[in-house]
Amino acid sequence: MPTLEQTTQEVLDLAARHFKLPAGSLAPEDDFFKKLGIDSLQTLEMLSLLENHFGIELPDYEVQGVSDFRTLAERIQSRR
Amino acid sequence: MKSFTGKALRWDWREGVLELTLDFPPANEIGTVMLGELEQFVAAAKHLAPETAACVIASAQKSGFCAGANLRELYEQSAQLNEKARAEGVRDFLERIHAVLNWLDEAPFVTVGAVHGVCFGGGLELALVCDVLIADKMARFAFPELRLGLIPGFGGIPRLKRDLGNGFVRDLLLTGRSVNATRAQAVGLVAQLAGEGEALRIARATAAQVTKFDAVTRTAAKKFIKPVPREELRREIEIFCELFSRPAVLAALKKFVEDKGPMPYQP
Repeated sequence: MPTLEQTTQEVLDLAARHFKLPAGSLAPEDDFFKKLGIDSLQTLEMLSLLENHFGIELPDYEVQGVSDFRTLAERIQSRR
Repeated sequence: MKSFTGKALRWDWREGVLELTLDFPPANEIGTVMLGELEQFVAAAKHLAPETAACVIASAQKSGFCAGANLRELYEQSAQLNEKARAEGVRDFLERIHAVLNWLDEAPFVTVGAVHGVCFGGGLELALVCDVLIADKMARFAFPELRLGLIPGFGGIPRLKRDLGNGFVRDLLLTGRSVNATRAQAVGLVAQLAGEGEALRIARATAAQVTKFDAVTRTAAKKFIKPVPREELRREIEIFCELFSRPAVLAALKKFVEDKGPMPYQP
C-alpha cells in the first residue's frame, strides 16, 4: 500500500493538473480552497476527481472542515 | 409546439425525439419560473406524444444537471408570508411539481436523462423520473434535504425506493452525503457511464436506438416495469408539509441561503 507521503504527492499532482497550475506549485500544508480558488461546485468536482482517481468513496462529512492537502490525503489513505 | 425557448429551458422535436434542455443559471434551480416552463413542456409533450418515441432531458449549464429546488426563492417568499399562506404556497408548489414529474415518469415515450455535474435534491428527483440515466463520470448525486429539516419533496424517496435497494436509499437520505457516478451506477441509479462531456451525445444515441422499436410494445414494457408509486407520493407531500410548518425549517433555509462555505449542502 502506498505511504501517506506518496498519496499526498499524488493528490498534489492531480490537483495541479486538473486546476491547471504549474507542477510543484502546491504543498501538503496549503489551504486548497485558497490555493485553488475553488467554490462549492468545484469542491464537488474535486471530490469526484479524487474518488475516481483513487477508486474510493469520500463521504462529504469526512472531508468537511478539511482544508489542507495533507489531511485530505490522510482521509484518502484511510479508505484505500 | 415542436420547439420553444423560454427563460429556464428550451425544447426541440425532431425525427421522433424530443429534447428538453434546462438552461437556467446558476444551476437550473427549480422555482416558479422553471416549474411554469416545465408545465408548458408537459402540455406540449402530451400533444407530441403520439409521434414521439423518446425524450432526452439534459442541461446546458456547466455547473450540472440541476442543483434542486430554488431555496433562495423559497426562503424569500416564505419569509414574507404568514404561516397559513406559507403552508398553502408550499403545498400548491408540490402538487404542481408532482403533476409534472408523475406525467414524465409514466410518459408514453422513453425518457433518457443526460446528467453531468451536480444532481442534487430536486434535480435528482427530476433525474429519477427518467427511464434511462446516462451520467458523466464527474456527476454527483445527493439528497441533502435533511439539513433543512425536510425530506425530499418532489417524489424522491418513493422513486428511489422503487428503483434501488433500501440500504443505499437510507445512506443517501440519512447522511445527506453525495455519491459519484460510478457508485450511482453500481447501485443501479445510473444505467450508463459517460466520459467527461459525453453524456448528451450518448443520451442522443440511446434515444435514437429507442425509436427503432414498436411504439405499442415499448409503452407496454415501460408500464409493466415502472409503476408510479402514487400512494407513497401522496404521503410524501403530507410529511413534507408537516415538517415545513416548523419554524426551524425557515431558520435552516436562511442559514443555507447565507452560507458561503464550500459545502453549504452539509449541516
